[in-house]
Amino acid sequence: MPQPQSEPISDRISVLISEKLGLEGPLLPILHAIQEEFGHVPQGALPLIADALNISKAEVHGVVSFYHDYREVPAGRHVVKICRAEACQAVGGAALAEATLAKLGVEWHGTTKNGAVTVEPVYCLGLCACAPAAMVDGKVVGRVDAAKMTKLLEEAGA
Amino acid sequence: MRIYVPRDSAAKALGADDVARAIAEEAARRGQTIEIVRNGTRGMIWLEPLVEVEDGGIRRGFGAVEPGDAAGILDGSSAKALGPVEDLDWMKRQTRLTFARCGVIDPLSLADYGAHGGLTGLRRALAMSGQQIVDEVKTSGLRGRGGAGFPTGIKWQTVHDAAAPQKYIVCNADEGDSGTFADRMIMEGDPFTLIEGMAIAGIGTGATKGYVYIRSEYPDAIEVMQQAVRIAREAGLLGADVLGSGRAFDMEIRVGAGAYVCGEETSLLNSLEGKRGIVRAKPPLPALEGLFGRPTVVNNVLSLATVPVIFEKGAAHYAGFGLGRSRGTMPIQIAGNVKHGGLFETAFGMPLGELISDIAGGTASGRPVKAVQVGGPLGAYMPVSKFDTPFGYEEFDGQGGLIGHAGVVVFDDTADMLKMARFAMEFCAVESCGKCTPCRIGAVRGVETIDRIGRGDASALPILTDLCETMKDGSLCALGGFTPFPVMSALTHFPDDFACQKEAAE
Ligand SMILES: Cc1cc2nc3c(=O)[nH]c(=O)nc-3n(C[C@H](O)[C@H](O)[C@H](O)COP(=O)(O)O)c2cc1C
Ligand code: SF4
Ligand code: FES
Ligand code: FES
Repeated sequence: MPQPQSEPISDRISVLISEKLGLEGPLLPILHAIQEEFGHVPQGALPLIADALNISKAEVHGVVSFYHDYREVPAGRHVVKICRAEACQAVGGAALAEATLAKLGVEWHGTTKNGAVTVEPVYCLGLCACAPAAMVDGKVVGRVDAAKMTKLLEEAGA
Repeated sequence: MRIYVPRDSAAKALGADDVARAIAEEAARRGQTIEIVRNGTRGMIWLEPLVEVEDGGIRRGFGAVEPGDAAGILDGSSAKALGPVEDLDWMKRQTRLTFARCGVIDPLSLADYGAHGGLTGLRRALAMSGQQIVDEVKTSGLRGRGGAGFPTGIKWQTVHDAAAPQKYIVCNADEGDSGTFADRMIMEGDPFTLIEGMAIAGIGTGATKGYVYIRSEYPDAIEVMQQAVRIAREAGLLGADVLGSGRAFDMEIRVGAGAYVCGEETSLLNSLEGKRGIVRAKPPLPALEGLFGRPTVVNNVLSLATVPVIFEKGAAHYAGFGLGRSRGTMPIQIAGNVKHGGLFETAFGMPLGELISDIAGGTASGRPVKAVQVGGPLGAYMPVSKFDTPFGYEEFDGQGGLIGHAGVVVFDDTADMLKMARFAMEFCAVESCGKCTPCRIGAVRGVETIDRIGRGDASALPILTDLCETMKDGSLCALGGFTPFPVMSALTHFPDDFACQKEAAE
């Protein structure tokens, strides 16, 4: 359901859309720009995008929901991505992930009660030779052990 | 004094930014003038952050460096000294063609790039006809490094021969396979090589526009590539008049959105067009009807990044390396539970066991190797009994495996292969594009079936085997079609892991 947008937000979204309209295949770049600014893709953006690209709102929604990256609701203040893939598993990645989730009391994709941290699974960060790997708000961390993870979470205020 | 501190994300993940800062501060404190270059990585990830000090043309390494080592590095007293980097065994044993400059130069310096052989290949290509360019690639024997191993020259020929008002070069930088990071490494460490390779592809096939589709999990690579494209455009390497030749080629960086299946070329094209990343049925081939329905070369980063050295040194030089129908070199990525993990570029043909026991020094844990997954999440788990398999497309295929994008992930004897088989199915279920029932539903059933086996239900074993057959036969792409390889190889080669629960229950 489209939420009524306050004027400034929808204005800003329209600007972000128009900045990318000149590209070939602008939809993903538009969605990335909106998510980067708002932390998620607000429902209210969908009709604006559909209008600008001359496609249906359902089509825009279909694209947003297909890709793991796009959020329909905001995440916590920090996003901690933990690699679940094979090379990380080979050096204890699964146990690290389980312990982290248990410690924070969340499931994958969950956000801590204080809103500080959202934990996401990721399937390889290209850090497979210094595994287990994680990423905090776009910053990479290698050879993560329990102590390093505790420090990262503390810094993020979890 | 010039000091190199890698900016590669593996080095950063191990603290390279802090090390660079500590060295700069220590030098300032001493009033010593130094120049810090943020290079790519040499690929010896166990030594990262690997700092190099250049002195009289020789680069001496220190690794793995921590911020506290700064003073010792500046006065040469550090116990972490490794000696000249080029003399290290790992470096000496390689044949670095694609990665010749990676870790050596400043990634964003076109002057450095040119001084190390960069643009020689493109200049040569600009003096050739499109057909001559395509023929040179055919002669090199280069095959697609993204996984399928399709001859690159033949793909280019199809696009070259297609008449259309617009053709495209699309670089597949989605690198989703666990255990692989070569695309990331070269984009962060030698981005102009990829740009040059794409320009040669464009000039050769008549495509004037290129896209690099980089996965969003690679923020550092995205940043370096965006800067490199801007620098290349300003220098006239990209644009309406490539190096003053009168020929046009330009490119853009696009960012994925966290879908493994978008590494499949037709799914990637849909994604670039702004659609859901659903796999397209073939035919039509992307080479004939690709991006926006136009003839399109879709190539992996490594395929395109290898083109410049082929044109610089000649196709025959490149083809002179290798084994059988696997010509040239392969940047092999060694990861997981290994003592020495990283990137090792070598001619095709080295046996798997030599890579693991000798080059990588065995497991990090010191325990025996149990299984090795080669070629990412769709690759088979190879037992130690297959260690004599030479690294080559046909050789691995003959062993029920694949080399894929050449990721090698090592597991020690604590690995539970039932869990790994379950993970393969789970991954397929999470990442399926949803088009084929055997993949979308089959993978979910696969997880349930393996859980039954784990609980000791032996009657589920034939169900799993049947399910794998159905997925193999009824899937449109290799996600559903190849997930049975890790699953069935785990079951076949490590039956004990699928039986112990049952014995315990009895
Ligand atoms: C599920 C799936 C994922 C794939 N992921 C990648 C990838 O991340 N990078 C890549 O280059 N090729 C990937 N491929 C292979 C591509 O479909 C395609 O063969 C390749 O990009 C062609 O380039 P090449 O001939 O240079 O290898 C994938 C294929 C499948 C089925
Ligand atoms: S096999 Fe799976 S990922 Fe591939 S096309 Fe079919 S449903 Fe999509
Ligand atoms: S498998 Fe975890 S970083 Fe590659
Ligand atoms: S390695 Fe695949 S079945 Fe043996």
